[in-house]
Amino acid sequence: MTDLTNFSIVDLVNGIKNKDFTSEEVTKSFIKNAENSDKLNAYITKCFDEALVSAKNFDKKNISKGLLPGIPIAVKDMFCTKDVKTTAGSKILNNFLPTYESTVTNKLWLEGAFLLGKLNCDEFAMGSSNETSFFGNVTNPFGDKIVPGGSSGGSASALAANLTPATIGTDTGGSIRQPASFTGTVGLKPTYGRCSRWGIVAFASSLDQAGPLTKTVEDCALLLHAMSGYDPKDSTSVNIKVNDFSSNLTEKVKDLTIGIPKEYRVEDMPTEIDKLWKKGIDFLKDAGVVIKDISLPHTMYALPTYYIVAPAEASSNLARYDGVKYGHRSKGNNLIEMYENTRSEGFGDEVKRRILIGTYVLSSGYYDAYYLKAQKVRKLIKEDFDKAFNNVDAILTPSTPSSAFKMGEKKDDPVSMYLNDIFTVPVNLAGLPAISIPSGYDKNNLPLGLQLIGRPFDEQMILNLSLALQKRMNFKRNIKAWWK
Amino acid sequence: MSIDKETIKHISKLARISLDDKKIDNLSKDLSSIIKFIEKLNKLNTDDIKPLTSIIDASLKYRKDEILEGKIREQILKNSPEKTDEFFVVPKVVE
Amino acid sequence: MVEIMTENKFDYFINGEKNKWEVIIGLEVHAQVLSKSKLFSSSSTKFGAEPNTQVSLVDSALPGMLPVINQFCIEQSIKTGLGLKAKINRHSVFDRKNYFYADLPQGYQISQYKNPIVGEGEVILDMPYGTKKIGIERLHLEQDAGKSIHDMDPENTFVDLNRSGIALMEIVSKPDLRSPEEVNAYVKKLRSIMRYLATCDGNMQEGSLRADVNVSVRKVGDIKYGTRCEIKNVNSIKFMQMAIEYEAKRQVELLEDGKAVDQETRLFDTKKNKTKSMRLKEEAHDYRYFPDPDLLPLEIDKSLIDKLKKTLPELPDEKKDRFMKIYNISAYEANILVSEKEISDYYEEVIKQADKKLAANWIMGDLFAVLNKKNISIARSPVSPKNLSILINLISSEEISGRIAKEVFEIMIEKDDNPKVIVESKGLRQQSDPIELEKIITEILTKNKDKVAQYKNGKEKLFGFFIGQVMKSSGGRANPKLVNEILKSKLK
Repeated sequence: MTDLTNFSIVDLVNGIKNKDFTSEEVTKSFIKNAENSDKLNAYITKCFDEALVSAKNFDKKNISKGLLPGIPIAVKDMFCTKDVKTTAGSKILNNFLPTYESTVTNKLWLEGAFLLGKLNCDEFAMGSSNETSFFGNVTNPFGDKIVPGGSSGGSASALAANLTPATIGTDTGGSIRQPASFTGTVGLKPTYGRCSRWGIVAFASSLDQAGPLTKTVEDCALLLHAMSGYDPKDSTSVNIKVNDFSSNLTEKVKDLTIGIPKEYRVEDMPTEIDKLWKKGIDFLKDAGVVIKDISLPHTMYALPTYYIVAPAEASSNLARYDGVKYGHRSKGNNLIEMYENTRSEGFGDEVKRRILIGTYVLSSGYYDAYYLKAQKVRKLIKEDFDKAFNNVDAILTPSTPSSAFKMGEKKDDPVSMYLNDIFTVPVNLAGLPAISIPSGYDKNNLPLGLQLIGRPFDEQMILNLSLALQKRMNFKRNIKAWWK
Repeated sequence: MSIDKETIKHISKLARISLDDKKIDNLSKDLSSIIKFIEKLNKLNTDDIKPLTSIIDASLKYRKDEILEGKIREQILKNSPEKTDEFFVVPKVVE
Repeated sequence: MVEIMTENKFDYFINGEKNKWEVIIGLEVHAQVLSKSKLFSSSSTKFGAEPNTQVSLVDSALPGMLPVINQFCIEQSIKTGLGLKAKINRHSVFDRKNYFYADLPQGYQISQYKNPIVGEGEVILDMPYGTKKIGIERLHLEQDAGKSIHDMDPENTFVDLNRSGIALMEIVSKPDLRSPEEVNAYVKKLRSIMRYLATCDGNMQEGSLRADVNVSVRKVGDIKYGTRCEIKNVNSIKFMQMAIEYEAKRQVELLEDGKAVDQETRLFDTKKNKTKSMRLKEEAHDYRYFPDPDLLPLEIDKSLIDKLKKTLPELPDEKKDRFMKIYNISAYEANILVSEKEISDYYEEVIKQADKKLAANWIMGDLFAVLNKKNISIARSPVSPKNLSILINLISSEEISGRIAKEVFEIMIEKDDNPKVIVESKGLRQQSDPIELEKIITEILTKNKDKVAQYKNGKEKLFGFFIGQVMKSSGGRANPKLVNEILKSKLK
């Protein structure tokens, strides 16, 4: 019998609609894979029994409504899911059972999908290697002891290893695109304001955005369509029409202009990444696209800016984890001691580092020098993109400066870890949509991705360009299930 | 600028995270390298630049003055590590 | 500044052993916005509910919860700003004020720091020594905190989040106040303006109005301000006045001893009538304000401000001017009548059909006495404006005398009947028939021939005696004016 877990969700939806197979059969196949995947440590919470019940109910009702009929989906454990443990990869939220469902997951369920489980991630999505989770490291299916990237590492690993047909993650500085690049999958960060942040555990409010991780560009369009939309409960959500990204998906990209930013040609970049970039350019030329060199002069300041803005917001967003209303609580002889012990024991090292940096840059006497300065530079970075988009329709860059690295390699050097996000972070600072698509392998047979950055709310354009690239790349995910 | 232990003690107090001396030593090194990294911004003159106030081009949307939520005390207290039927409970505040 | 109108002079100074000191006071009033739901969530603001029953997922800061602003609270702040003749800032920003406390679930309060919704304005006070303008520095919107209950358990504090997230307007005055009396007048005037606008109910018992009081002292004649102390969260005008008096004296004593005043936050102990230092550690002051990234800047359309301007009611100052001009009453009377909107409404209802001067006298005299005794507001007056106006008309038309009117009024307090009916049923109508009166007078003069003789011999004081006898004989109902006239002609 064909292995249903190799299917794209577009094919699964068609198969279920045509009654080629049932939702139960699909769900069972993924559960079977997931149950034999402990070495990957992708799941924090498995909802397999409930998922099977949902699948059976779906098959019984025999109505295929919505964009995702009968599709089981596991999601990053940053999304609050009603009555299902939500941890954000942290001890401090251990045993937290939300009484509410995030807007984005709820939209998936309204389209006919149901929850398969909650996927591991860096603690509070702070990390680029999924080594900061309280629930342990996640392994990349491309190799033992290889990181899957982060922070949506569990999502990327589960997707690449066929433990879920698709997934959703959150991206604050590259947390969807970088793991997608490291696992040979497609990951899209939508325009800031495209998807509701309501019910998603917050890391940095002005940068966080939920988005899909999928096997194909077509799946990405489908999932983005399902999860997008204005939400009156999120003041930063934008009331703008959501396109049917799937129906409008086309590889006809002739005469579009693509910018190649010279500042992304960084020092020490492996030649194979440079080659891959050139390959991308050639393929786009082949599709009739006009290539144009552009400059984004403030690119080098993006990471330092990010590491002021994101920790500042995080230090305040994470103040609510104080042992009073939910989650972990340590003993203390008085209120202040209880706070200090709870937060000391409940947060891991990277989260503490970022809370402390954030507290520092906002503190009296330093605000202007750090936080205010960063908001000024952030404006310059955004203006770089605004100017570029006067002349080009999208921008092509590598997704990451390297392929997936070994566990422990960068763990003790926070700054070298941060440098991993050098190509993804500017996009978050400017609030733009961007996608990473698998484009090839390096000499160690680890996947690499290319990133396409679009104008605000023009996800369709980068999806179309990605489709044109996908056709020409003919990328194959060559994974042996060594972990079983 | 490097970040000394006194400063780390001060900000950890502000952030309500207790740290032992060993931790402070480690953090001092890490945080100093991060601060050094973010201080790359000092190379850039931003005197005439207005800071970004929001990344999306929209103004704040309003909600109507309606009561739509409430009387969900059980839900509100459900996840609290220490509570009575009516209240959250915390150790005594020492002034 | 103070303009002297009468011989009443401003005279609030602290006389130290060495110098005469002036007291400088500024107020940060926290006024709860009158709204159904909270500033950033849709749970109720109603007072007195069961603990933690008016708490939403947002109010208890559950993960992933986001604030969405209440339009009505914005409108209420704009209206209040307009009432304070203040500049409305078309662009303002919500910031986070970061600190940890048990009743602050988010770990920060959403407030406005550098860019408040309302800028500079003013409040006019009527003091015995003249009118005085108190500057308003700003008004901003912010969230209230929950309540920590310390006395229910020896080891624990209980937390109720019902208040958490309720909208407050913080109204910051300039340091223009100079005495506890001025503070009293200022808070009352501010409250009156907000009640006229229906933007805050001003109920201090329920905590809808409280203030942080900034106090400093300086030698009379000095220009530079002294170091100030902030007395936090005082919830009655009386306590504000007591706290100021205590604090000013404390500061004077320190300074005259050659010591310095520490800039610090203090609390007023209502049992000992003293202020005491809160001894906050230095780091507790670093609030790390920054713009709330969950919200966008607040941009207010000019059209909204214009629309709200049109809905503004007549405010106390304008009403006072109108009352003086149109109703021809004194500044003193007008001030009292406009101090509460309900009083001015009552007054204007009465004078629809009654004499304006008499109505003012009756309301400020007899009616206020009754309300004070019964400790009720004029809105719940036992005597309706309609019936009071009828009573006043009975006096004006000389159907009853002032004395009888008081008698009728006593009955009206118990049962709000039409005074005409009371007068009829009790036979209290004024005796104004000259023939009837002449009969009575003739009778009295006949009975007292000796006194008539004495009067005619020049003992004119006896005129009062005759009047008294006539009134007594008529059961108080005789028209005094007519009695006067008839007596005079009879005794010629």
